[in-house]
Amino acid sequence: MVAVVEDGWMKEEEKQGNRTFAELLSTKKMDTRFTRGKSSILERPLTRPKTEVSVSAFALLFSEMVQYCQSRVYSVSELQTRLADMGQSVGASMLDVLVLREKNGKRETKVLNMLLFIKVNVWKSLFGKEADKLEQANDDDKTYYIIEKEPLINAYISVPKENSSLNCAAFTAGIVEAILTHSGFPAKVTAHWHKGTTLMIKFNESVIARDKALDGR
Amino acid sequence: MSRQSNRTTDSKKMNSELFTLTYGALVTQLCKDYENDEEVNKQLDKMGYNIGVRLIEDFLARSTIGRCQDFRETADVIAKVAFKMYLGITPSVTNWSPAGDEFSLILENNPLVDFVELPDNHNTLIYSNLLCGVLRGALEMVQMAVDVRFAQDTLRGDNVTEIRMKFIKRIEENLPAGDE
Repeated sequence: MVAVVEDGWMKEEEKQGNRTFAELLSTKKMDTRFTRGKSSILERPLTRPKTEVSVSAFALLFSEMVQYCQSRVYSVSELQTRLADMGQSVGASMLDVLVLREKNGKRETKVLNMLLFIKVNVWKSLFGKEADKLEQANDDDKTYYIIEKEPLINAYISVPKENSSLNCAAFTAGIVEAILTHSGFPAKVTAHWHKGTTLMIKFNESVIARDKALDGR
Repeated sequence: MSRQSNRTTDSKKMNSELFTLTYGALVTQLCKDYENDEEVNKQLDKMGYNIGVRLIEDFLARSTIGRCQDFRETADVIAKVAFKMYLGITPSVTNWSPAGDEFSLILENNPLVDFVELPDNHNTLIYSNLLCGVLRGALEMVQMAVDVRFAQDTLRGDNVTEIRMKFIKRIEENLPAGDE
């Protein structure tokens, strides 16, 4: 008797549940609730056919960005900081989608694997090729280098003599810094003219300490 | 002749996502730097103009397209050659005005707005306004003054993205007196 009542109750509940779910799926409610009908961005698949634009278009856009930043700063280092800030927002947006697409949502926990993820996966999707080299500093276990002989970013940039230290790959450095930091590997990344362009990655002490502890287990 | 034939319309290509996100980073920065959307729109148009002025040279060199006979031909070249070459898309040309001096470019996929959603406090932002500047700048360099604006934008809930272009006048080159 009791069981029958319970059954009936369950069925009622189930029906209710089904209806709401079906409603959500079939009507536009889902849209309006999450995107207020502005765009269908959440309904699009994460993996898409690869679309391409011309490198010239990118170069011209990037050049305008550099000029714009330059008009609002007083020194080369400020300019590089601004470029790096913009890179950070690119890196932060890129990280989640890359982890889902390339790694099935699995995050790296070891420094070396994380660096390889950047050298291989991140570079391939951003620049269409792996980074040329990944090296560790001889005298410092916190410091790593990603070396790119001819970075795409710098392909059409000639640096004026009076600002010879300027390296617009500061933008790429920002991307890498954001990806590392948001993955739980806080680091400072800077761009330098060395063997082409070298991105110097300096991890926080804590990152290296954690990595060693993981090794010890 | 041999030099001519070496040139191709194939410029180097890259993944559009870096381009899209870089543009996004730029617009975000402009929104931080300027107080209101109108200023950002203006700045985007200005940057686009600067790009257009430089881009036309690259375009003419790669496409080996000569002078257009009329505005209709210009419209076709912009849609089928220029957009294809730089952004990898081919907008359709429609809605000609009876006088033939105004048309619309309908963009089905605007690579600039991948991943983008406008927040509520930026409802007057014309996100892709850079494109208007590019078209205006590039055409000015081939002696055409045009008015370019966004008529519809999927980002603001419209079904399509529509760029409206209006021919204003031919720019006469002011040659110095006695210079032929």
